[in-house]
Amino acid sequence: MLRPEDWGVVFLSLKVSLLAVGCVLPFAFLCAWLLARGRFPGRVLLDALVHLPLVLPPVVVGWVLLILFGTNGPIGGLLERTFGLTVMFRWTGAAIAAAVMALPLMVRAIRLSLEAIDPRYEQAARSLGADGPRRFLTVVLPLSLPGVLTGAILGFARSLGEFGATITFVSNIPGETQTLPIAIYSALQVPGEEGRVWTLAAVSVALSLAALLVSEGLARRGTKDGHVL
Amino acid sequence: MSFDVDVSVRLGAQVLGAAFATGEGLTLLFGPSGAGKTTILNMVAGLVGPDAGHVRVGGETLFDSAAGIDVPAHRRRLGFVFQDARLFPHMKVRANLLYGWKLARSEDRWIALEEVTRFLGIESLLDRAPRTLSGGEAQRVAIGRALLSGARALLMDEPLAALDPERSEEIMRVIERVRDELKLPILYVTHDREEAARLATDRIEVRPL
Repeated sequence: MLRPEDWGVVFLSLKVSLLAVGCVLPFAFLCAWLLARGRFPGRVLLDALVHLPLVLPPVVVGWVLLILFGTNGPIGGLLERTFGLTVMFRWTGAAIAAAVMALPLMVRAIRLSLEAIDPRYEQAARSLGADGPRRFLTVVLPLSLPGVLTGAILGFARSLGEFGATITFVSNIPGETQTLPIAIYSALQVPGEEGRVWTLAAVSVALSLAALLVSEGLARRGTKDGHVL
Repeated sequence: MSFDVDVSVRLGAQVLGAAFATGEGLTLLFGPSGAGKTTILNMVAGLVGPDAGHVRVGGETLFDSAAGIDVPAHRRRLGFVFQDARLFPHMKVRANLLYGWKLARSEDRWIALEEVTRFLGIESLLDRAPRTLSGGEAQRVAIGRALLSGARALLMDEPLAALDPERSEEIMRVIERVRDELKLPILYVTHDREEAARLATDRIEVRPL
């Protein structure tokens, strides 16, 4: 059974993952858009950069975040001076780590759905009087929605499971940065806490499975109807 | 004069183009495949940019390389009917029909939704999703969508090619009525001789330049 501190871990994980996905989704869409439609120098470099967290050891990503977002780091220093905001060793920092790790998966899903849109629909919209922004809002965005939702759910699931970059960047602070995987890892280190490992692992499996099933359902619906709304 | 067109474009090693001026009714562009009929239609629509020449429709200049005029495709008010109806899959028939109507300036709207649906016999389809329509139904909706966008003329690129003979006959009758009752100038591309003989008021032969 879940004890109050276990519920705390679950809620913290959900909070971190929701913030991560919510904040990184527009950026992921922009990256996917640029990679799917853009023809500019440096496109290959952007592609590689976006995918880097997928292949780098997570501990390296965490270390880079530590350097960038640390109190003396270029971004961390700026946040501290202008907003009085510290992310290091805070749950917001855990969300940043999760967001970076989830980005490649989200970009891939959104990019695939953008590339699957038949450009002839946009041609038809053009002949009917729609300028570029209007075509984007009325044709491209709604038709890419299944991919955006799939990307968001995959990113959410990935965020829930984030371990290496998070523990490196924001450490293991119960109630602040101790998310599900980190809590499981901690419990494993303590003799007699096997029961807690079982419970938390079961919660992890249930959450991940639910996310996968929902995204699969959306994808199927997407292929049958060509849309979700 | 309806269409006054003189355009050319270089695509790879080939130069495609044509020069013609049409009167009322339906003007057929015919010629061997690869001669550039669709490309010419696309140049009139503004979907492909000509290297040189001019496009005038109903006296208004939409493109003139010498004068530096190039009205963007979305402001040309030319209804394009494609071979595949290309209805937006995420919108019901009603939303498809009204897509261009909502974007048109009120002074450019010359026909209302009720008139179009009655004219085309598609009143019962308004709440259907495009994927549930037959080929002929979809093509009628596509024609209605083009009319409602405030089009001053229609461009049709083999609108019957994807239909079986029965549906084809049904849409041919619709096109005849658009030509004769609505008096809308039409520029029409087809390979089919029978279709050409029946619909064309005027013919322009297109050859590679």
